[in-house]
Amino acid sequence: MIELCAVTKTYNAGRPNEVVALGATDLTISDKALTVFAGPSGSGKTTLITIVGCLARPTSGRVVLNGEAVSGLPQRFLTEVRRRTFGFVFQRFNLVRGISAIENVMLPAYPIGTPHARLKTRAMELLSSFGMAHRAHFNVEILSGGEVQRVAIARALVNDPEVIIADEPTASLDGERVAHFLAIAADLKARGKTVIVTSHDPRVTGAATVDRLVTLADGRPADATP
Amino acid sequence: MTALSRTRYFLDFAVSSLLRRRWRTLSLILVYSCIVALLGSVLLFGTALRREAATQLSTGPDIVVQSMIMGRHDMLRAADLDALRGLRGLRRGEARLWGYLYDSSAAANYTLMANADTAPGEALVGEGVARARKLEPGKLLFLVSPAGKFLKVRVKSVIAPKSALISSDLVLLNEADLRAFFSVAPDLYTDLALFVANPREVATIAQKGAIRLPGRRFVTREDLTRSYESLFSWREGLVLVILAGAVIAFAIFAFDKASGLSSEERREIGILKAVGWDTSHIIAQKLIEGGLVSGTSFLIGFILAYAHVFLFRAVLFEPVLTGWSTLYPRFRLTQEIDGLQVTSLALLTILPYVAAILVPVWRTASADPDEVMR
Repeated sequence: MIELCAVTKTYNAGRPNEVVALGATDLTISDKALTVFAGPSGSGKTTLITIVGCLARPTSGRVVLNGEAVSGLPQRFLTEVRRRTFGFVFQRFNLVRGISAIENVMLPAYPIGTPHARLKTRAMELLSSFGMAHRAHFNVEILSGGEVQRVAIARALVNDPEVIIADEPTASLDGERVAHFLAIAADLKARGKTVIVTSHDPRVTGAATVDRLVTLADGRPADATP
Repeated sequence: MTALSRTRYFLDFAVSSLLRRRWRTLSLILVYSCIVALLGSVLLFGTALRREAATQLSTGPDIVVQSMIMGRHDMLRAADLDALRGLRGLRRGEARLWGYLYDSSAAANYTLMANADTAPGEALVGEGVARARKLEPGKLLFLVSPAGKFLKVRVKSVIAPKSALISSDLVLLNEADLRAFFSVAPDLYTDLALFVANPREVATIAQKGAIRLPGRRFVTREDLTRSYESLFSWREGLVLVILAGAVIAFAIFAFDKASGLSSEERREIGILKAVGWDTSHIIAQKLIEGGLVSGTSFLIGFILAYAHVFLFRAVLFEPVLTGWSTLYPRFRLTQEIDGLQVTSLALLTILPYVAAILVPVWRTASADPDEVMR
């Protein structure tokens, strides 16, 4: 379970360009559920998931992960928590260009030092499960939008994290690809993973597989469905 | 096993990262190699020259005695040699006659020296003189003294190039010919060459000689070696100062290339951090990357320097480092590498580069991933 206690985030604090991206927020995210943060652009969705996923620290407040306060941990331990707990699918997928799909999938496991053969097998299994085995050795620049998305999801899963965080994963995807993503999210949930998604896409926010919808406005949760 | 696998992954990623930016990497390696080649050439050449000079001097006299008047070198008499003959430990002594001649036709200075093995009307010439005057055995050499005296000698042979560093500008003549040419009285000599039985007694014999012949200067081989070393070090320093501009330009270039992280690189570091790479992992990977660039450049640069000095006789620096007249000696240096020198060169070139990489990477990698990717 992830708990946010009075979490705020202010960028460029004390400068003329100061932006309060997230007001005081209290939130609890249940395990093994699909939670969606919805809201228009600039409502604080991305800021919220970067804090939930330990990619950024809150300006104030606490993030508690499975009973342990993690937001105040030193950088090194925070990285360890991130690697062990979270898998990320970024808004623009953020794959490393110039290397192949399978190398991108393997990247999060490099610091762990998993033996190469085992890691390669695992990466190939993940790519195969998303129908991408035939494109495994292609550089990511030449993959289509849908293929890039699937590689990004495979990368998020390579370390077998408890929580998958996806930031606007369906932006600029057609209906078929959106449905495919929702099917993957449902499958992950069925496998016991916690899935957190940000989206302002009604095809996602209105999906039946969503367990909880948190709507944000002006950097605060406006309402939440249980 | 885990650490080994991890290092292998970082190495793989570093190589792929360099290949992804291949033009930037190639341009960096090219400039870096050229700088190492230039610096390496100066160091290798300077050391080889000093060693060469020491080798040449090792066959010369242990002590040279010169007459000094008012701090200037003057001629001395054969009687001076007789005064030293009784010195214990002195194996052999000989009076030498030699002098300098400026040859305006070749715009070169020659060292003319009397040689007991040279017959009247004959000469042995150094490789530089032969080159300047287009001489070969059997050809005639014409010289004009400052007083307008004319000397015509036939070249018997050209002195072997292995001693060219010192003998390049040398013309060996019969003693009578030389005296007549410079109008030197029969009893006068340029200096005395003393050979000592025990090298450890050289300084003692020089001291005792100075007591017997006050007003004479006793120059030991060690003094000469030191003078040559100073000369070559001075010249080496001169070249290094000239090269300093290039080195500084390289430092700026390297800093810009290595440290000025592009938005693409910053983004990549952000991604790596986001997917679970620690700051230390990113620094390790970047260090490997920097090590590969600097190591490759150093190796290429050093090989180029070695080839430049020992195969192509340091054509770029020869005029500055070996010439003392217009007769630059042509000779092949002994191929020798000083481990300490290689290490110094490596430290001087690799460490600053790696440091230039480290600071900005550390600054970027220690920030939160979200901040880096924004």
